[in-house]
Amino acid sequence: MLVEEIMKTNVITLSPESTILEALKRVQNDQVNHFPIIDENKQIVGIVSDRDVRDVSPSILNKNPSNDYLNQTVSTIMTKSVMTVHPFDFVEEIARIFYEKRFSSLPVIQNNKFVGLITDNDMLFTLIQLTGTHVQSSHIEVKVPHKPGILPEVANVFGKHKINIDSLLVYPYNDDPNYKILVFRVQTMNPMPIIQDLRDSGYDLMWPNNIQGPKQ
Amino acid sequence: MNDKTAFVYGDSLLDYHFHENHPFNQQRVLLAKELLEETGSLINEDIIAPRKATEEELYFFHDPAYVDAVKKAGSNQLAHTKGLEFGLGTEDTPSFPQMHDAASWLVGGTLTAVDAVMQNQSDNAIHLGGGLHHGFMRKASGFCIYNDAAVAIKYIRQKYQARVLYIDTDAHHGDGVQWAFYDDPNVCTLSIHETGRYLFPGTGNVHERGIKSGHGYAFNIPIDAFTEDESFLHVYESAFKRIAAFFKPDLIITQNGADAHAYDPLTHLCLSMNSFERIPLLAHTLAHEYCDGKWVALGGGGYDMWRVAPRAWSQVWNVMKRGNPAYGSIPKKWLLKWQSESPVRLPEDWRDNIADFPNIPRKEAIQEKNEQFLHKALKYI
Repeated sequence: MLVEEIMKTNVITLSPESTILEALKRVQNDQVNHFPIIDENKQIVGIVSDRDVRDVSPSILNKNPSNDYLNQTVSTIMTKSVMTVHPFDFVEEIARIFYEKRFSSLPVIQNNKFVGLITDNDMLFTLIQLTGTHVQSSHIEVKVPHKPGILPEVANVFGKHKINIDSLLVYPYNDDPNYKILVFRVQTMNPMPIIQDLRDSGYDLMWPNNIQGPKQ
Repeated sequence: MNDKTAFVYGDSLLDYHFHENHPFNQQRVLLAKELLEETGSLINEDIIAPRKATEEELYFFHDPAYVDAVKKAGSNQLAHTKGLEFGLGTEDTPSFPQMHDAASWLVGGTLTAVDAVMQNQSDNAIHLGGGLHHGFMRKASGFCIYNDAAVAIKYIRQKYQARVLYIDTDAHHGDGVQWAFYDDPNVCTLSIHETGRYLFPGTGNVHERGIKSGHGYAFNIPIDAFTEDESFLHVYESAFKRIAAFFKPDLIITQNGADAHAYDPLTHLCLSMNSFERIPLLAHTLAHEYCDGKWVALGGGGYDMWRVAPRAWSQVWNVMKRGNPAYGSIPKKWLLKWQSESPVRLPEDWRDNIADFPNIPRKEAIQEKNEQFLHKALKYI
């Protein structure tokens, strides 16, 4: 998945000459969290977060605040060295930048011009989409030996029952390198024939399908 | 408390039949009806015939293009790929001849029950062929083609302007009905279901509370796999009482899916018949407290069609009509008639023998987690 598929293009930006007051109003009224600061050539010259703006705002407990600071330009408080990404970057790689640098937004730049913004929230939403939890599905976890050919073997059981797989995750089994957990999200309300078939084929199912009780 | 009650039944509801091996089998309704007749609690005078919903009535909720697709699918005139767009022709909702008519009868049955109650011909009414809560505006899913409850509630809003409290105790999230009224403050929905972490459809998180002016009128309590009677009943009774007191409905509609029972093959919940006695008891009490007795009960899931659905649904009727569930032995005649067709041994008592149930590990953790979700769901009212 590429950045251009999930970035926001309708973004509120400010020029370096905009006042801090204008930014503060936007923060309060439009709930903006990040302002890319753009010059007349659409080049990015800085970024201002809502926290930068609030840091210079008077305290709400101060009854007679002086607004002098707020008439200064945002260029006085913006972060000038801005890390940016490209529309064709992979979302998975960008996720690393968010995690390691603890940024909450990244401007997207193409041909030296600002084209969009991607936030940590967009990122999280995309990862939710990638897990497939947003569509109607049943969920089955299978513990398998970590060896070549195991995935098509298990997936074949679903194919045999003509059940569509919505998403598939492969993740580690605790710290044991010899096993993996396959997480299938499948489009059916009746996963029983598959579960039975997986059991009969000797696969280890995870909670809650590892308890049979009176349910046959 | 003896209510005037109506049992909506017609053989037309048995036509809603996907195929021999499909888990959704409406014969359960016939099994429940005959069980009630055998005990003497259901007599001919109680039964009213369903009507068939018109296409215009389906449009209260469903998209005309979808209705058209269902009609075509039922006469083999819909291309497979086109059908998939509408959720038709899948493993869950395969096409079958005359499916539009069969599904329209189910919706009509629910409308019949609603009219009987809203026009005061009856205090309450039951339509066990209904409760198809996974049907979407333009999509079939989870064994459901048309969503009778969603159509009926839209119909109620338009025709009677009544405020409706919809309570869904099916083991699966009542997603179709929830989304249909997600922005409507005059329809309050509560769904208590097995967590969507593993189970279809996956939604029904406690944080789903409605949008726009409907915010705060959708309630969800996802309960853990292997929840048993005690914890379920605590969640159900606390939530239902609080929400009824908060919303003060004019009418209560219950979706009485019976698939939260320990024997059900599709879910991981572990309720016994004790829960299925108390589910209707509270609905009955609260309908009298807030709605002058007005209560419409619907069927829903319930995939152990021999041991669970007939007993669970009969108890809803028993409570509706007499204010009490039945106890003791199941009539011999009913057992004799059906045992030969059942692949499992039919239960001989209204209650389960709890000794047959599995011993659940992590019982206390499950209770604690359910309790936490109960509080989260109710914390703003």
